[in-house]
Parts: sequence; structure tokens; C-alpha cells
Amino acid sequence: MKPPPFSYHLPGSVEEAVGLLGSLENAKLLAGGQSLMPMLNMRFVLPDHVIDLNGIGALSGISAVEGGLRIGGMTRQRDIEFSDPVKTACPLLSEAILQVGHRQTRNRGTVGGSLSHLDPSAEIPAVCAAVDAEIAVTGPNGTRTIPFAEFPAGYMMPAMEPDELLVSVFLPSWKPGHGYGFEEFARRHGDFAIVSAAALIEAEGGRIKRASVTVSGVGPAPVRLRETERALAGQAGSEELFRSACESARGIEALEDVHAPASYRQHLAAVLSRRALVKAWSRIG
Amino acid sequence: MGETRKIALTVNGKRYAEEVEVRMHLGDFLRQQLGLTGTHLGCEHGVCGACTVLVDGVSARSCLMLAVQADGRELLTVEGIAPNEEELHPLQEAFRDNHGLQCGFCTPGMLTTLIEFLGDNPDPTEREVREAISGNLCRCTGYQGIVAAALDAAQRLKALKQA
Amino acid sequence: MAELFGSRIARLEDPALLRGVARYVDDISLPGMLHAAFVRSPFGHARIGSVDASAALALEGVHAVYAMDDIRPHLVNERLVVGLPSPSYRQNRDRPALADGEVVYVGEPVAVVVADSRYLAEDAAALVDVEYDPLPAVADCRAALEDGAPPVHLDAKHNLLAEFDMGFGDVAAAFARAPHVFRESIWIHRGGSHSIECRGGVAAYEAAEDLITYRVSTQMPHSALRTICEMLGRDENQLRVVAPEIGGGFGPKLVVYPEDVTLCIATMKLGRPVKWIEDRREHFVATTQERDQYWEVEIAVDGEAKILGIRGAMIHDHGAYTARGVNLAYNSGESLGLAYNVPAYALNIRLALTNKMPVTPVRGAGHPQATFTMERLMDRVGRELGIDRAEVRRRNLIPGADMPYEKPLKTRGGMGVLLDSGDYPACQQSVMDRLGWADFAARQDAARAEGRYIGIGLGNYVKGTGRGPFEAVTVRIGPSGRIHVYTGGVAIGQGTRTMLATLVADQLGGDMANITVTAGDTATISLGIGTSNSRLAVQAGSTAHAAAIKVREKALKVAAHMLEASEDDLEIVGSEIRVKGVTDMKVTLSQVANAVAGTPGYALPGGIEPGMEAEEHLVLDVMPYASGTAGAVVEVDAETGAVRILEYALGHDSGRIINPLIVDGQVLGGTAHGIGNALYEWMGYDADANPVTTNLAEYLLVGAAEMPNVQILHHESPSPLNPIGVKGVGECGVVPAPSAIISAIEDALTPFGVRLAGTPVTPAQIVAAIRAAPAGG
Repeated sequence: MKPPPFSYHLPGSVEEAVGLLGSLENAKLLAGGQSLMPMLNMRFVLPDHVIDLNGIGALSGISAVEGGLRIGGMTRQRDIEFSDPVKTACPLLSEAILQVGHRQTRNRGTVGGSLSHLDPSAEIPAVCAAVDAEIAVTGPNGTRTIPFAEFPAGYMMPAMEPDELLVSVFLPSWKPGHGYGFEEFARRHGDFAIVSAAALIEAEGGRIKRASVTVSGVGPAPVRLRETERALAGQAGSEELFRSACESARGIEALEDVHAPASYRQHLAAVLSRRALVKAWSRIG
Repeated sequence: MGETRKIALTVNGKRYAEEVEVRMHLGDFLRQQLGLTGTHLGCEHGVCGACTVLVDGVSARSCLMLAVQADGRELLTVEGIAPNEEELHPLQEAFRDNHGLQCGFCTPGMLTTLIEFLGDNPDPTEREVREAISGNLCRCTGYQGIVAAALDAAQRLKALKQA
Repeated sequence: MAELFGSRIARLEDPALLRGVARYVDDISLPGMLHAAFVRSPFGHARIGSVDASAALALEGVHAVYAMDDIRPHLVNERLVVGLPSPSYRQNRDRPALADGEVVYVGEPVAVVVADSRYLAEDAAALVDVEYDPLPAVADCRAALEDGAPPVHLDAKHNLLAEFDMGFGDVAAAFARAPHVFRESIWIHRGGSHSIECRGGVAAYEAAEDLITYRVSTQMPHSALRTICEMLGRDENQLRVVAPEIGGGFGPKLVVYPEDVTLCIATMKLGRPVKWIEDRREHFVATTQERDQYWEVEIAVDGEAKILGIRGAMIHDHGAYTARGVNLAYNSGESLGLAYNVPAYALNIRLALTNKMPVTPVRGAGHPQATFTMERLMDRVGRELGIDRAEVRRRNLIPGADMPYEKPLKTRGGMGVLLDSGDYPACQQSVMDRLGWADFAARQDAARAEGRYIGIGLGNYVKGTGRGPFEAVTVRIGPSGRIHVYTGGVAIGQGTRTMLATLVADQLGGDMANITVTAGDTATISLGIGTSNSRLAVQAGSTAHAAAIKVREKALKVAAHMLEASEDDLEIVGSEIRVKGVTDMKVTLSQVANAVAGTPGYALPGGIEPGMEAEEHLVLDVMPYASGTAGAVVEVDAETGAVRILEYALGHDSGRIINPLIVDGQVLGGTAHGIGNALYEWMGYDADANPVTTNLAEYLLVGAAEMPNVQILHHESPSPLNPIGVKGVGECGVVPAPSAIISAIEDALTPFGVRLAGTPVTPAQIVAAIRAAPAGG
């Protein structure tokens, strides 16, 4: 289990990295390495070139911007875990990030790495789906923004061109006092989720004004439960409401692997989205 | 040998300047090139945690970093934990007294992980300790001795600080 | 002087391990050393055509690629003949040194690549072009025995490896008159050992001495030496096998592997040391596994739930080759119901070949399966007769007053099965008391009122430990006065050095720091069996005790002569032998050792035999039986199927305890493995015998956050079978854990009527079982 031979590049700027990405054949970007390195060690990927993004300081950072948060692609998951701006502007992410692997992997793992890898059960893409995040990618023709709804192009396949690099993600904030809840089911503490669910609720006068419900780990990419969201609008929150509204999650197309059959994933989608909503409703301040 | 690159780093307080194959992971570099074989490789895919070292004070799995990425960094490995040849670190003492190790293969990763953790959380609960080492697999101890050692070490370190 | 035996002594091994300076096999680096990687079969079954290594050999830094045809000239015996004797074999399936014309499981080594580095060796291994002609493979051991099943081996007529019957009493009569008969179908799934250190070896040939030194992560160096010598046609003095620091064993490292033989040949052919370190992905397909068994059993009981008889049939998955023998299936058959009064018993056992990793002992070695089967039956009887599960067990457990109790069974070697000591009902009661068994129903009702499902379960076990016939131990006082202990047993993390030093120090001065223990080096001791079967404390411990007494007697005799005192007036304190109460009348251990080291032309003092040492091979054939009861309280999330272990207690009796610290550690580690077997560890294969769990994210070992705080309740019933009264402990924790946990889950889910009959149980299965149950969700 040793990495195959490759050439190593350590660009100092986004422009340099994009230039390398455009000019090198069969190149892979190395961010935190928590997914790419195991794949290299197992020789699941055999790149001719590895472009290490760890030399580009400009790609790291969390900043509060108009209407939300901007997080640089190379920002470590650990920095999100301990970030006060994130707790204020996107408490859902603060809660979800604790479920991302273990301390040792969060210390290295990055936001951009997780989004580019796009594992179906990963937490950061789930949060992005929940808040309608926007992904900024830079390529030879400059920077463009991709709404998260359009970001997954398939199983573990982001809608980026081969010569594009994820530079940041913008997470729109929900109103202060909104309710949030992240529920995850994994076999062991820190494992990849089998299924997780993210819920956000804004209420007015004791009724749900706006809700967002997302499940991940079920299908090839995070899924917003639009039918559930519509069923909640204008209603007073209750366990019963959430239960019936989440039943439709059982109909999501589901993956199957060694950890769980498809039907179990669909079942968990309904259970965990309900639990996330219950938690979110209880947190409305 | 494939492509190489020159790197300079500090490990356990000692400076090294080395030419390293770019595809070599940090764990192999420490073990094979620097002869620091205390860092163990248990899975080489980032699950078992045996290879955990501290990079600039922060824990990382050395099988999931390239050696070239340690250029300019300061590392702590298991060999650098004890203060000298005669004495053990309080965490190591606590491991011995609480039977926090058997075969010793996972131990280096447990120790480095707990050094970071106890630095951040000097007075942890049992649950917090269990979660802190949840990324480190041990097949011998059932973890109970390790958890007891970590809690004991926290008390020893606190007492030292107060003294 | 206070006895060290029984004290909580911190281990001698620890400082080096804690500093990271202990030397495991991968830490060994020799001048000129090359690195090996193996080319392995990607097919469960295939014919092999040509092996084209030209592209691999063309890579710079690659020294050799050897397949079977390349190593054949160096083999006087091409197969690893390691199967334990048994009359029950129906075919011989010894493994070849490398695949020979056919591969029969995914991962079977086909060729070895030797290069300047492991990186290069892996590059080259990917370029070795092996011509495979895939054949039908068999993954399921039940299907393997059906008529028309594809043969696991091309030249086989069928897949039955061995078959035998076990039992006693008139089973037919017992069932004919029984008022109640219950039938269960039980399966137990396979898992791996997954020591955190995988396997590995460094073979180094020195032509000048015609000697191979093979340092290998093994539990049995003497057995490796014998097998390799036999295959290579070498004398025992042309091979030295050394076990360095071992990063855990848990069974599979007792086996001799094709890689061991191949590395020894490679170093001879190349004239340079060759290292191979198994990586974790290889460990899933290159190291033996255990536990797949399917049981069809019936129990006959009277109206009071007393057992009248047990009968049934069991199919055991043997894997593709015989890497150890019929021992596991035998252990299972022998241990079914061992804790209980069973008047009549009949079991048919068939071992099926499959195109899967060969099966050899993994911590527990056949006992967890039989224990799980028996304990499922006990729960069933309780449920059917409306009698408390613990009470059913109590009525049938062999009472302490009946000890020693002879079972009408024989071990695989023909020894009697004598339950030597213990009070099984008292042990069970201690666990029930600790977990609040009597009041649990009320607690359970209260929880259910809150919508929480909690349950309690028990599992009793009895396990033969300390398998004989002997373990060699030498105790020697060197000229420096330092005490050296050598044994054929191997320290694999279980504190063997501390254990032996404790026993020796108790006879020779009490200073453990003055003792060096060398375990597992064939150059230091000619005989040895090694580490397996929870045997070292019993076998090596007893023998070290006996050898130390001999050396003590001799040392006292010499000292008496030197001091002109009576032996009875002497005592050994630290490194001195002195006359009690007379502080300046003393000699050192060094002086005593030198006195019998011999001076040319001079007589030895008092006509004593030369050398201050004793090598002992105490023969202890009859096994001491450890016993215990596990109790678990679990909470099940009926929606997700998640199981949380709220409390876990193990009442445990392994005889006298040499070091409570170490015994606790062994019990806890075994328990974690057993909890893993119950809930997490699943070594999956698809229908074509391709392994589907080949990394530690797919194959789940229990983590710290999942483990409960285990409460250990010690019972110490000395074994009358050895001089120090001990029984083995290494495997004990693992055996009853699945029984207790599965029972507790079923109890928690009583409102749904869920029935569980296998391990592991996953959350998905629990949810499915609830839905399928009569009162399902």
C-alpha cells in the first residue's frame, strides 16, 4: 500500500495551480489528503501529477460576508469546528462538522476537498445542500459560481471542468434564531455516515415560515426533500407533523453497499429527517 | 528512485535536511529515512490511527501526508514524548500504571493523540476521552486501560501544573 | 519476602513500548536488505497459465520475480504439511509454497517480487502478467457440500474435507421420552484477527555460515522452523527463527504461511536479506480467518427445563486449504454445553472446503460458536417454558460441589475432558447481582413507558485452556549474576515476560529487574510449542516455576557449600544468598554461578553438576478449564437498529491470578473482540467468493466510543492440574460476549417478538427483524 510514482507540484497561487491543471495530463489536486492519500496508497488512483494546494495561503479562511459566510477551499475542517463566525452564521455546519471523521482527519481535511470528492454520505455537501450554498470555481477563463443544487453531476462527480479548481464556498445565512438540527447514523463514532439529515426551520407566530430538509448517504448525492418542505410550510411544528411529512423520504432512490441495503437507507432517511426537524424546531429561539 | 525533492524539518527538536522521494508518505519517511521506527503503520488508509504524529502541534495521520508536505514543519513523534532517557512523560507513566497497552503497536498513536487532546481539554470526562481516541484502533486492551490512563494522566498533569 | 505472585505489577515490557524503541519486525533493517511484494490471485478459483514477469523485471531496482516454477528446485517438499492429525480427513489439502497451476482463493500468493524498496516492488507486482482461466467458485460452505457444487479444487470429487461424530449417552432415548424438544438454526460469521501489526518477516541468508535467520511476526517460531526446514531440506541448525516484538497475534500468527517459505528461498537465491511486511489490504486476503459455522440443533428438556439431550449437525467452513486442521470444528463440538449437565449428546460435524481464505484459530477458536449456539438454546427453553432464562441455566449448570467433573468426551489429542474446578452457578449469580437481574423487569418496564427498549442477557462459557503437552523453559543464572529465562513461548503483547519474571523472581531473590526473558528465539532453546490456546501462563508459567525451583535448590546447595552453612538457613534476597539473620555471611548469585562454571582441572564444589541452570519441559496434558458468565444490558433504538451497551459484567474464573493487571487486560481485550463479533465484524464475500470487506472502513473493529466500561468479577478456583493453580485467560473474554449481547437485544425487543439466531447483528438487520416480527413496527 504505497503510492504509485507521480510528479509533485507545489503552486503558490490559484493562477499557478489552474495553469498546471490545464497543462498537465492526468493530474490530481491534493488538498487535505484525507481521501486522496488513502486512494493513492491503495492505488485506486494512478495520477501522473499531483498538484498540492497546501502552498496557496489565499485559499484558506473563513469570513463573514453580506448575507452569509465565505469559506476558502483549503480551510481545514478543524478551523470550522472552532470558528465563532461559523457558530453564528451557520450553526448547522458547526454541528455537522463534529461528525466529519476524527480529530486527526479534521486537522488536515478541507472544505474544498470534501466538496470536490463529493462522497454521497459526506456532511459538508449535505450542509451546502441544506443552505443552498454557492460554489466558486476558478478555471482558465476566470471564476464562476455554481449553485449547490447543480454541483453534483453524478456519483462522486462535481460539475467542475477538469481544469477548474474549487476556491471557496458561500453559505447563505438563515435568520438569527432559526432552528437547526443535524442527525447522523454511523456504525461507529466518526465513521462515514450511513445516512444523515439536516434540517433548518424559520418560524413566525408559532408556524413554520420556511424549512429546509436534506438527507445524504441515501442516493448518489445529498437530496433536498422538497415535498417535505412544502408539507411543513405554514404549519405549527409537532412530532406528528414531522413524522408524516418525512414519510416521503422512503421513496428516494437509494444506494446499497456492505454497510446497508437500500431499503434501510430509505428508512433511515425518514427517521433521521424527522429527528433533525424535531431538534431544529426545539431550537428556534 | 523516482522524483525527489529536498526538504528540511524538525523532528523531536532535531533538525533534518533530507532528499525524499515525492511519493513517499510521511510515515515511511520517519521510519525508513530517519530511522524513527516508533511511529507504526497499522493500515495505511487512515483508519487505525497508529501512525498519528503531531505536525506543528496538531495531530495528523502520517500515512495520509506526503513526506514533502512536512517541509518546514515541526514534528513530534513517540520518541520525543519522554523528557529524557530515565524518566517517562506523565502520560506514559499513566499508561504503564493503568495497563493502557499490551502489544504496544497502537500505543504511539494513542499517546500523540492524547497529548494533543489533553492539551486542549485538561479535565476531560470519560466520554470525551473515548471520543478523542475513537480514531485509534486497539485490538488488545478493549480501550479500558487506555481510557483510565488518559484520565489518570490528566490528573497527573494538573497536579504538575499546580506544583 | 512478600510473594510477587498475585500482585498488580506494572509490566517490564512497557518502557520500551512507550518510548517507541521496541523492535517489531518492520523496524528491522539489515545491510543490503531488499523488499518483497506478492502477486496475489484476484479470483476465487482459476487455472493459472503462464506467469510473465518480463515487464516487472525490466523496471530499474527490481531484482527478482519468483513463481512456483522458480522456487520448486529449492523445495524438497512443495507443500506446507501443517494439518493436525485426525482420522476424519476425507482429502488432503496442504497448501503449496506458491500457487501451483491453480488458485483457490482471492489473495492466494502466486509470485513474489523483490526490489530495492517496497514502493518499487509494488510497482513491479502490478506489471506481472499472470494468465488466469477463471473457474466457478464456492463461497458458502453449505452450498459447497451440495451435490453438483463446483469443486473448490480442480482435482477434487467433492468439497467434504472431513467428517466426524461426537457425543455420548443414548440420545435417541432421551429425545423419545422428552416432553419438550426445541430446534434452532444458528449461524456464526467469520472475521479476522486484525492485530494492529499485520504479519511480516525478514529472511537473511549468510552463505559463510550456511544459515538463514528468519525474523518473523509469529506465535510459533519452532513450528515455523520445522516446517521450513522440512520444505527446504535444511537441518535445524541451518535455520534460526526469531520472533521479535509482536504487535498482537490473536491466532493467525500461529500458522506457517507460504510467504514464510518463499522469503527464505528468496534470500538464499539473492544472497541478500529480504523483508516482506503484509499491509492491511493484504491482511484481509493473506491471513487466516475464522468462525463461519451453521448449526442445526435440537434440545430435549423435561418439564423443569432440565436438559435431557442435545443433538444436531454442524457445517464448518474450512476455507480453501488445511492450514491447521479439524481443530476448530472439534473444539466447537467438544465445548457445546460444556458448562451444563448434558446426559446425552450427538453431533455430526462436516468441514466444507470453500474458495475462501483458509480457516485457523482466531481468539476463541471454535468456542464462541458453540457457546453462542448453546446459550441460544437456553434462552429458547426459558421462553418456551415460561421460566426465567437465568433460572434455566442455574438448574443445568454443573454445581461447584460436583468438581472435578469428568465429561464423557475426549480432546482432539485423546485426553479426557475434566472440568477441574470452579463454581459456575455462583459465578452466574455474581453477574446477575451486579447487573440487578432480579429487578430488571421493573427497570425495563419503566424504560418502555418512555419509549426506550432496554434488555438484559447472559452467556455462560467453559473453555479448555493451557493446551499441552509442554512448553520449554530454561532458567539460568549467568556469570554476571543476572537471571536469564528462555522459552519457546512467544510474547505477543500478553505480558509473557512479566509473567515469567514474576514466577522466577519469587524463587530467585524477588528482583524482577535482574531478570531478562527471551521468548521465541529458536537459537536459545531447542524445544518450544509457542503461543496459542490461552496456554502460556499454564504451560510456560508452571514450567518456569519448576525450573526456577531447581535453580534455586542448586544455588542454595552451592552457596551452602561456599558459606559452610546449612541450605535451610539460607535465603535469596535480590542478587545475594545469605544466612538468615547474619548479614555479612553471604555470596552473590554471580559468585554462585561462577563456582559451577568450571575451572580447568579443578573439581566442582561439593560434587555438584556444572552450570547454574535448569531446562524444564513439564508435561501437563490435561487441560484446565476456565469458566465464566458474561452479562450485558443494552439499549436498542428500535427505529435505527442501533445497539448501545449500557452495562457489561464478566464473572470470570481462570484459577489463581499471577498478575491482576495483566489478567484484567486479557479479559477486557477478549471482551472487545467478542463485542466486535456480536455487532460489528463481518468479513463479507460475494457469491463468487470475492471478499467485499477489504479495508478497515468496511470491516469494522470496535472502537473506544462503542465499548462499555466492563466490570470484571474475579472468581479464583485454583486448578489442581498444575503446580501454580492457574488456568488460561487470553481467549476467555471473547467466548461469551456474543451470547450475552444477542440475548440482551432479543430481550429488549420482546414487545416486537424479534428472534435472533446469528452473529454479527447489524442495525439494518435489527430494523428488518422488527418489521418482519409478529408484532413488528
